[in-house]
Amino acid sequence: MTQQEALFNYSLRLGDNALVLAQRLCEWCGHGPVLEEDIAMSNMGLDLIGQSRGFYSYAALVEGKDRTEDDLAFLRNEREFFNRCMVEQPNYDFAATMMRSFLYGCLSYLQFRALTKSTDNTIAGLAEKSLKEVTYHVRHSSDWVIRLGDGTDESHQKAQTALDELWHFTNELFEMDESDEVLIKAGIACDLAALRNEWNAMIDEVLLKATLIKPSESGYQSKGGMKGMHTEHLGHLLSEMQFLPRAYPDAKW
Amino acid sequence: MENQLTAEEITKREMEFDAKIAKGIVVEPKDWMPDRYRKQLLRMMSQHAHSEVVGMLPEGNWLTRAPSLMRKAVLLAKIQDEAGHGLYIYSAAETLGTDRAEMIDQLLSGHAKYSSIFNYPTLNWADMGAIGWLVDGAAIVNQTVLAKCSYGPYSRAMVRICKEENFHNKQGYQIMAYLMKGTKEQQEMAQDAMNRFWWPSLMMFGPHDTNSPNSGDLMKWKVKLQTNDDLRQRFIDRTVPQAEAIGLKIPDPDLKWNPQTRHYDFGEINWEEFNNVIKGNGPCNRLRMKQRRDAHENGAWVRSAALAYAEKHGK
Amino acid sequence: MSKSQEWPSWEVFTQNKNGEAHEHAGNVHAPDAEIALMNARDVYGRRQEAVNIWVVPSTAITASTPEDVGSFFDPANDKMYRWPNYFKTPDGIKQI
Repeated sequence: MTQQEALFNYSLRLGDNALVLAQRLCEWCGHGPVLEEDIAMSNMGLDLIGQSRGFYSYAALVEGKDRTEDDLAFLRNEREFFNRCMVEQPNYDFAATMMRSFLYGCLSYLQFRALTKSTDNTIAGLAEKSLKEVTYHVRHSSDWVIRLGDGTDESHQKAQTALDELWHFTNELFEMDESDEVLIKAGIACDLAALRNEWNAMIDEVLLKATLIKPSESGYQSKGGMKGMHTEHLGHLLSEMQFLPRAYPDAKW
Repeated sequence: MENQLTAEEITKREMEFDAKIAKGIVVEPKDWMPDRYRKQLLRMMSQHAHSEVVGMLPEGNWLTRAPSLMRKAVLLAKIQDEAGHGLYIYSAAETLGTDRAEMIDQLLSGHAKYSSIFNYPTLNWADMGAIGWLVDGAAIVNQTVLAKCSYGPYSRAMVRICKEENFHNKQGYQIMAYLMKGTKEQQEMAQDAMNRFWWPSLMMFGPHDTNSPNSGDLMKWKVKLQTNDDLRQRFIDRTVPQAEAIGLKIPDPDLKWNPQTRHYDFGEINWEEFNNVIKGNGPCNRLRMKQRRDAHENGAWVRSAALAYAEKHGK
Repeated sequence: MSKSQEWPSWEVFTQNKNGEAHEHAGNVHAPDAEIALMNARDVYGRRQEAVNIWVVPSTAITASTPEDVGSFFDPANDKMYRWPNYFKTPDGIKQI
């Protein structure tokens, strides 16, 4: 694999993670538990759409085949999306949404923090901008995980269920492949395995305050989002998101 | 305080109040105000705030289907602003002594109204253009005037909102302009949206002045500064040339420029439809209320959880 | 339908630029100070309007009343000597 191919894959993946999570947050718009929280989720959605545009544009540039950010977002099928399965999981309820933002956000935070030192200037620049945004997402979602976990019996139950369900997708957050290896050698990407302890510490600190119990490592763990192996949810998310550009292939919007 | 005053004192205060308004002095929350002024303002402001919040729904319907990442970001930012605007206005309305929870309960129980426009469905992407351009355009005409109204908190909220809302109008018009430059199907989409949203947009200004029961007092108190018909005319005058510029037809055979009045003449609005939608019999009244009620009820456990946490931790 | 259990109200003050004073922006509802701060940031800082935010429980604010105007503010009317232009500078002095 050439470094160019690896860099394309890597940027695309970061774009996919951001976009799929943004699309999920968009589903909340107008339906939040309180007006202020509606606005907050939209803010996070906007940050993530911005991140996806940055990484897609860079992927397209690296690829050099005249594809645009929108071609990448709207004209690939589900097996050609390389996001982590966690971000495509449905919103279910506010607890599941905040838990997802929290578990994924912590990884994203550590990854972007490491990538600010990337030898690739564009990646480093995008990471720096994204890091500020994700720092806030982690603060926001942690605050909510703590309040829901240590709130009422009902909210505690919902938060624990959300954690148990989403835990099946945590191993996969750290999966790497050849693209990562090539780029780690070049100092462009970061080694996710090296972030795992710190990720665990971040999670533990919040779960403790939230009075939630971390699930055991023994249950089912998803694999292969980065290889285009997804849960059944992604296809539906994409068919909705991609409907217009697919239905009117000649149109510009 | 009011009930301690004799009828005579009230009349005297009302006269002083009217004189103050006539001089252009702005009323602040703790100032004495006639009961009817407070009630009318609260009615207007809570309706306005509810409209912003219910108004998120028809656009939210297309957010997950926006056809490009740029359009998705713009639409999300716009809808988010509407939530923000709802919040600013609720905040201003709370200064009149009614809290937000009470206003929301009035909305959800069907006792409060919101703008009739949001009871129409959004059926194609061009509706996002039509809403930004026509609906926000109409709202801006209204709000620019409201920014000069006599109640300080409302007027300040309007100043802030007007500053933010111009982009809503422009992005809508740009969506329409792009569609009209696009494929035949896109042009049809845009015209279809225009056909469906034109008349409901004109209805947003409310009934004819002759049928507007509250107008007299509201004008005297500078809560309203121009009549419904004047504002409607202003909206039509500025919008028709914009439609023509991008090749959209206005669905009104009677519409034509009148060189004498220097305004557009236009056909009669279907007031029966207007009254029906206001009464709750529009295409989406029940859906919109259900969506708001669901959001509120599904969020109840979140709101209580946060309060329980704050209580436990003495925050 | 039962009456909603509403979060308490917080007044929001934003500092628009470094060095400027905080100004009242509006209010938010929040269960506690931390959430109030985040809500204020999301509601009143969407367009780079703020570099710093204060949130204060609305109930903590005590305001003067319209009835106070006379006794509070009118007594300042006859103290023009608090303004520098009250004092005439002798001719020939450029700066003081």
